[in-house]
Amino acid sequence: MLMNLFKFKGGVKPPTNKTQSVGLPIAQAPLPSSLIVPLHQSIGGTPRPVVQAGDKVLKGQLIGEADGWISAAVHAPTSGTVRAVAMHVQPHPSGLDALCVVIEPDGRDEWIDRQPLDYSALSPEEVRERLQQAGVVGLGGAVFPTHGKLTASKTVPMDELVINGAECEPFITCDDLLMRERAEEVVRGVGIFRDLLQPKKVLIGIEDNKPEAAAAMRAAVQAVGETFEVIQVPTLYPAGGAKQLIRVLTGKEVPASKRSTDLGVQCFNVATAYTAWRAVAHGEPVVSRLVTLSGNVQAPRNYEVLIGTPMGELLQLAQPQPDTDGIIMGGPMMGFLVPDANAPVVKATNCLIAHSAQLFPPKAPEMPCIRCGSCAQACPHELQPFEMYWFSRAKNFGKTQEYHIFDCIECGCCSFVCPSRIPLVSYFRFAKSEIWAREREKKAADTAKERFEFKQLREEREKAEKAEKLAKAAAAQAAKKAAEAAAAAAAENAPPADAPAPTTEQTVPVDAGMDAKKAAIEAAMARAKAQRAAAQPRNTELQDAAMQQEVAEIEARRAAAHLTDTEATTPAPAKEKTE
Amino acid sequence: MEILLAIAIMALGAIVLGAALGFASIKFKVEGDPLVEKIEAILPQTQCGQCGYPGCKPYAEAIANGEEINKCPPGGSEGVQRLADLLGREVKPLDAEEKPKAVALIDENTCIGCTLCIQACPVDAIVGAAKQMHTIVAALCTGCELCLPPCPVECISMETIGENIDNWKWKYPVVEIRPELRQAAASQEAA
Amino acid sequence: MMFAPAPYLLKDVSVSKVMAQVCLALLPGIVAYAWLVGPAILFQLIIASLAALGAEAVMLRLQGKPLAMFLTDGSAIVSAWLIALTFPPLAPWWLVVTGTVFAIVIAKQLYGGLGQNPFNPAMIAFAVCIVAFPALMSQWPSVGLQLSVSDQLQVILGLMPRVDALSGATPLDAMKTALKLADGNVEVSHLLANQDLYGNFAGRGWEWVAVGYLLGGLWMWQRKLITWHVPTAYVAALVAISGSLWLYNPAQFANPLFHLLSGGAMLGAFFIATDPVSGCTTPRGKLIFGAGCGLLAYIIRVFGGYPDGVAFAVLLMNLCAPVIDLLTQPPIFGMKDKS
Repeated sequence: MLMNLFKFKGGVKPPTNKTQSVGLPIAQAPLPSSLIVPLHQSIGGTPRPVVQAGDKVLKGQLIGEADGWISAAVHAPTSGTVRAVAMHVQPHPSGLDALCVVIEPDGRDEWIDRQPLDYSALSPEEVRERLQQAGVVGLGGAVFPTHGKLTASKTVPMDELVINGAECEPFITCDDLLMRERAEEVVRGVGIFRDLLQPKKVLIGIEDNKPEAAAAMRAAVQAVGETFEVIQVPTLYPAGGAKQLIRVLTGKEVPASKRSTDLGVQCFNVATAYTAWRAVAHGEPVVSRLVTLSGNVQAPRNYEVLIGTPMGELLQLAQPQPDTDGIIMGGPMMGFLVPDANAPVVKATNCLIAHSAQLFPPKAPEMPCIRCGSCAQACPHELQPFEMYWFSRAKNFGKTQEYHIFDCIECGCCSFVCPSRIPLVSYFRFAKSEIWAREREKKAADTAKERFEFKQLREEREKAEKAEKLAKAAAAQAAKKAAEAAAAAAAENAPPADAPAPTTEQTVPVDAGMDAKKAAIEAAMARAKAQRAAAQPRNTELQDAAMQQEVAEIEARRAAAHLTDTEATTPAPAKEKTE
Repeated sequence: MEILLAIAIMALGAIVLGAALGFASIKFKVEGDPLVEKIEAILPQTQCGQCGYPGCKPYAEAIANGEEINKCPPGGSEGVQRLADLLGREVKPLDAEEKPKAVALIDENTCIGCTLCIQACPVDAIVGAAKQMHTIVAALCTGCELCLPPCPVECISMETIGENIDNWKWKYPVVEIRPELRQAAASQEAA
Repeated sequence: MMFAPAPYLLKDVSVSKVMAQVCLALLPGIVAYAWLVGPAILFQLIIASLAALGAEAVMLRLQGKPLAMFLTDGSAIVSAWLIALTFPPLAPWWLVVTGTVFAIVIAKQLYGGLGQNPFNPAMIAFAVCIVAFPALMSQWPSVGLQLSVSDQLQVILGLMPRVDALSGATPLDAMKTALKLADGNVEVSHLLANQDLYGNFAGRGWEWVAVGYLLGGLWMWQRKLITWHVPTAYVAALVAISGSLWLYNPAQFANPLFHLLSGGAMLGAFFIATDPVSGCTTPRGKLIFGAGCGLLAYIIRVFGGYPDGVAFAVLLMNLCAPVIDLLTQPPIFGMKDKS
């Protein structure tokens, strides 16, 4: 490996804590009692559910259909019965609910008819569609639909394809184990990406604390007969961030304002490559993933886990210590404490860490910033976190954007080194979500304004048109009258001052029309009121016989009322009209 | 003699600077009244008329002419704050109750298709035709409630938009230094 | 379930630890200082520390901030030590206390406390006292003065009259006065030859204190408490201006080494100009800030009315720091070729 590696500025070296969970090979997690599969598991549109409660599903059957191009399908992780399509708590820092398909496994774990494909016979579009249909998303944690990243820029030639096996976060070892045990399939998956993007070089970056994985990958590259370069990069958090790894391997820096393909480089996680291969060559959609169980547990290990497995149930496999007081999803630098242990494993779940106060001592109270600059030195994006902190704290969001808050990747290096124990990343997340909310509001306000102005314009125009019409009609009437008058005058000496006649003639039918309309509305109102009174009980739940009887009575009354209503109201307008 | 010289120098300075200012005022003249536009940009554009003006723009013009800044309930206290910042005026408590953001919902069982709400909607967010059931395009609804009074059958209700995963926001990190201040702020917020 | 945001792993650092290391880094200089003038400096350190902690405690109490957390952060101690080290070692106790209290109350707490002060509190104390008590602030122990421990203590506490022997001058002051009095008729090399006053290569004994600060500063750099920018720029600017004037007229301007190792030059370079709260934070900003401090310190000490210029130089640069920071924002990741 005589390749010249680049460096990124900043970075930190937290204790890696990886050795605990690499001792044992990957194990298959047992079927859980129920699977809760959230429909929204990737960036982009929320898939539409295509199953209903009571449906029987097979493993790998489509349950959520991709909505739009940037969206990926969701599949049943095992065979069984759909219990509900309902709101369920999400693995999300908010602890809020979202739509999930709850499946009760039948224990047979029976696959749908899988159709392996020879992708070399397919067009690139077909391969991308296949990946979308199989729900292949970035498994490094960002869960961006993979097919959306497999189009090279039209103007910039594709130089490098970077495959991310760095796995820089402490505790997480699922990519390490994947590369050790399933290197060949990873390499074949990379082959798919290579064929779609046609880069000049393929670089597989692995942190140098994973020599076994690197060796396995090299062997696999040779075995498959590819020319990919497997490169060991220095262990430095966050070397596994896509932008940092691209920088280390190619020297290119991708700012937040650009796509990496604009610089002729693209990056995928090794696990994504693996699932892409399974999807294309074996017809298996993404229904499971590797999850590291570690932290405050007796038996840390990597498991192949079905998507939708409740986290609390899964963590029991690793035998958490009695003082465990929470579950961190993801690594200790960028993960979050899951607000509810019933939250399911999703495609983004690479690691569950049992949290205890002993393992992760509670943070000391926040002190004022002393502008020591440690955060700026640690920031891999060369930002000035303390400046962004001042402005985020003061809610001066415009200024935070001037200091490039959207280039922050929330890696946590700044919080890690801060001697004042300021939760810098939390401030940045706060500022970012406020800015997004404001932009949403601004957009809504702009749309509202535009539509309001258009409506005003339209009303003006309609008024003008109406006035014009009236004027024309009046002119026609006047002309007619004048002609009649002239005719009458010519015939006989007609009675003079017949001028107001046309107006009365005109207003009478208008008034009558208005009255009729009013009456119709009133009638409809009465009808609707009755309808509403009758319709509402229908929505309440029927619980006992007495109630049911009551409802039946009401139904009868309603039928009667309906009849009388229509009888009573229909003649009314006629009556009024005749008056 | 020296006095005359001094006067001459000062006069010359005054002429030069005056000319420069005059030139600048022509050169950098701003068209229109940007203040009204700036105020309007802060107003939420719900066009609800709760301020007593027929729309956000008239209210913005009124504010520019000295009207109170606390008459916009949809803008909330934050809107008042931003107006105060812009205009250098004092922050006043909102002249109405602050309501959570909501969208109108038509009970489609009851709707009689009278089109009165369609005419009332300032942003054309209601679709339907005479004697046909109407419905509200939730994405365009500003929650102005102007469709509520005209409805003859009271089939329109306001549905509060709750917190969901898509609009959830990271909270302001708690500053631990003075816990009693935080509590005070919290109770103030609650009040 | 609890909610705490990531990251859950944190480096074992704290403000107290940072401040404690700064104090540790001051020790070589303090040892040399004590060796030079006796234990008086230790008394002053204790007096200043107590005054600082007392003033801080009162101010925190008045603001309702938690005492334990802020008294143990060590920032008051660092300010106190810097004040003690910049004041004359035999200054009366109340002078040190006045300076320290002013620094803590006015220059630090009234601006919002830790992290909020726009000016270096220790330098504010020095500036205020040298303006208010110019005579006392320039009475340095004469060379060769040997006072017993108890005598030193009594002088500080005001129990013993301040004798003439106490009212010496620092080498810088002596040099300046001699050059001024001689009005161009005396050569610097001549003055420096006076080993009693000027010692081996800068000031008698004082250069060792400066070397102590230098050692401590290098240790802080090695521990990554400070970056190289400020001290390097400071020293480079000081050497550049003093060197060029020295080359221009060696008879009237002392050599760079003399300037580097006398007065507060070294303390300023590593401990005062590097104060992150009141200084610049961007790399280029730090270079400008350090260079400005070095240049101004030289100009004030050579051409100005005060014997040493470090305090005023640092305060003047403190004024400029926000603007410098604003204008020297480094380009961020991926945006380097543009701005």
